[in-house]
Amino acid sequence: MSDAKAVADRLVKAKRLNALLTPPKDLRKSLLAQATAARPTGVLYGMPVAVKDNICTLEFTTTCGSRILEGYQSPYEATAITKLKAAGALIAGKTNCDEFAMGSSTEYSVYGRVLHPLDRTRVPGGSSGGSAALVAAGAVPAALGSETGGSVRQPAAFCGVVGIKPTYGRVSRCGLVGAAMREVSLPHTAYAVPTYYVIAPAEASSNLARYDGVRYGPRFDGNTDLRGLYRATRGEGFGPEVRRRILVGTYVLSAGYYDAYYRRAQQMRALIAQDFRNVFDRGVDLLFTPTVPSPAFKAGEKLADPIAMYMSDIFTVTANLAGLPAISLPIGRVKGLPIGGQLIGQAFLEDEMIEAAYALERVVPATDEA
Amino acid sequence: MSWETIIGLETHVQLRTRSKMFCGCSTAFGAPPNTQVCPVCLGLPGALPAANGAAIGLAVRGALALGCTVHPRSIFARKNYFYPDLPKGYQISQFDQPLATDGTLSFVAPERGIVTATIVRLHIEEDAGKSIHDRFARGTGIDLNRSGVPLIEIVGGPDLRSPAEARAYLLTLKQLLEYIGISDCDMEKGSLRVDANVSVRRAGETALSTRTEVKNINSFAFVEKALTVERDRQIALVESGGSVTQQTLLYDSKENAVRPQRSKEESHDYRYFPEPDLPPLVLTLEFVAEQQSELPELPAAKRDRFVATYALSREHAVVVTSSRAVADYYENVVRAGAEPQAAANWVMTEGLADAKDHQEQLRVAPGALAQIIALVKGGTLSHQAAKKVFGEVAAKGGEPRNIAESLGLIQVADTNVVAAWVTDVLGAHPTEVARYKKGEVKLLPFFVGKVMRLSNGKADPKLTQRVLEEKLSA
Repeated sequence: MSDAKAVADRLVKAKRLNALLTPPKDLRKSLLAQATAARPTGVLYGMPVAVKDNICTLEFTTTCGSRILEGYQSPYEATAITKLKAAGALIAGKTNCDEFAMGSSTEYSVYGRVLHPLDRTRVPGGSSGGSAALVAAGAVPAALGSETGGSVRQPAAFCGVVGIKPTYGRVSRCGLVGAAMREVSLPHTAYAVPTYYVIAPAEASSNLARYDGVRYGPRFDGNTDLRGLYRATRGEGFGPEVRRRILVGTYVLSAGYYDAYYRRAQQMRALIAQDFRNVFDRGVDLLFTPTVPSPAFKAGEKLADPIAMYMSDIFTVTANLAGLPAISLPIGRVKGLPIGGQLIGQAFLEDEMIEAAYALERVVPATDEA
Repeated sequence: MSWETIIGLETHVQLRTRSKMFCGCSTAFGAPPNTQVCPVCLGLPGALPAANGAAIGLAVRGALALGCTVHPRSIFARKNYFYPDLPKGYQISQFDQPLATDGTLSFVAPERGIVTATIVRLHIEEDAGKSIHDRFARGTGIDLNRSGVPLIEIVGGPDLRSPAEARAYLLTLKQLLEYIGISDCDMEKGSLRVDANVSVRRAGETALSTRTEVKNINSFAFVEKALTVERDRQIALVESGGSVTQQTLLYDSKENAVRPQRSKEESHDYRYFPEPDLPPLVLTLEFVAEQQSELPELPAAKRDRFVATYALSREHAVVVTSSRAVADYYENVVRAGAEPQAAANWVMTEGLADAKDHQEQLRVAPGALAQIIALVKGGTLSHQAAKKVFGEVAAKGGEPRNIAESLGLIQVADTNVVAAWVTDVLGAHPTEVARYKKGEVKLLPFFVGKVMRLSNGKADPKLTQRVLEEKLSA
């Protein structure tokens, strides 16, 4: 049980990481109010939980790291937030992330990149980089992220903290601002990344169509006609990675290309999902793999090469398959930088997976050089 | 050279549910703009759809009534396009795996008699909001109350051969959907909307030629007009050596003309793909059976039964079954003891005429109408007097017999009273009496009429005639 002022102080101290988007003043005020209102009987009573900025909250704005939702105040909150609050937790501000969770380094936020807590020249991973960095810096004991292709586990591995992706369906998605929604991934590693990066942009291109400057968010007026309004708002409001994915997604869904891309990607996904089931059917309980192929890379290193950036998801997208749970935990260091390993469990058997991870954590010192 | 017209209709029908397709907002018509909305139907960030089971049930009933195969598994799909009244930037619909396919609709075509048109498919989708272009001087208003209202789209095959036939098809479809109670089918309120695919070919040809799509037909009165205009335009075009281009046309009812939609508006690639936020729609056999059991007797079956059971002519059966309310009313009149043909006559004339002037309300209770019919049959009321009683009961209610008495309309069958009236009439018309006696017997109805007038319609017509004949031959 922390006192609200101490919680706020710790978060503000971590300000240099640029991991928190909520202004200190708003944070202090809200935490005090929340601490007064929190239910003392809850199992998380008084525990501060920072929340990725693509999850709707009533306490703070929800911008998804995007200009197109600058200042956006959701009139409702995500189911996950309601449940946290019901358990007594304090919503400890909103964390920086790649715009609409598209990215693997938290460099694609319009609010600036997040610094790695151990080496400010490096990235904390992404897209939930702000959440992982805040936990790694000791500012909060836990933070919410979101993940459709490694966005929790990869930054957890880079920052040297534990990241859990529950079974698809375990936690309600209501109030999570979607770009790409459904879980994808595959043991056929060679096809996993291309499959993911066909399906995810396709869904993103449709999910992001609502940001048109008509009903909410900033409107960049082309001072022309409707098309001018759309063009100006969406051109100015979205950053480069989001624009890239909207274009790719629109392309793979368009007449004449759908069968070659989207349909084939879906077929590949089904095949890979089956492969995964086969593995578990043969009596395997858990799979263990590296979380990311490398430790945290340098800021700017992969911005010029989107494919190189996508390839850092190679082990994580593989694990998201048909919505299986997975957990990344620190398993050592290379030249002082954390390395993560992940356990992939069976659907809705998170407790087994977490027990195994805990056992592993006790025998593998997180800070030893490999 | 004679031409054949080929028409297929795509009909959008709002389902009669209390709440919207993917959220709990009200579907009531006519509320102030943007008062029946929530994060889901506003398309706010992070909001997710949950399908309305009642709407799915109604859609299945529609499919069953049209004889469609209802698929145990269908897929919601996104239809992507940008428009300000489409808050998500896509409409949730169904595409390559619709709810139902392969049905039929039989109707009576003015030129060809009974035609059975194919129903290609029936799928579920959500409605868009409304753009209001004419209320603000500088701008367009957006009302999202309609956003997310459940619809079914019924796609008919290219089986209609004239604008009049299209109208007959649509009226039959409307009647069917109203019968099964899944929609109020009010074109003026937009709860039934129709787009038409039209092409023409020379008589005898079998291949379909290039078609156009006519939209914005927003009243039953315009269906035939709009299609006639487009058919004539195509025929004139081809006869003058031109050819039809595939395009979307908007009907302008003020000008009675069609004009092409701006090409910008129609170059849509909807980029359909399966809706990732909704699982496949899986229907159990029990659910479909339950919807089947909720279906009432359909219009065609009811017509056949009325012909068989009540010995009505087909024409009368068609009128009496025109709506479920009228058919139920008719049967209640018969059940209350009226003779079936007399009941049909009364319902078709006085009943429907009165309903037409009073918001389709059948104001005379079935039991009261049966009593009126009985009073006529028993000779207590003349037909004329009975109509007066009907009007009075319709307006004020009450017991027909009491009303007839209080209005002094009960027929007089007392020979002495009638004889006195006859004597008065004959005394007043000596010339006609003389002519009758010289053999001009066709004057009898003249005397009957005079007696009826003198008696304020109360004289029993048969008795009057008998007394007249007796006195004139004396």
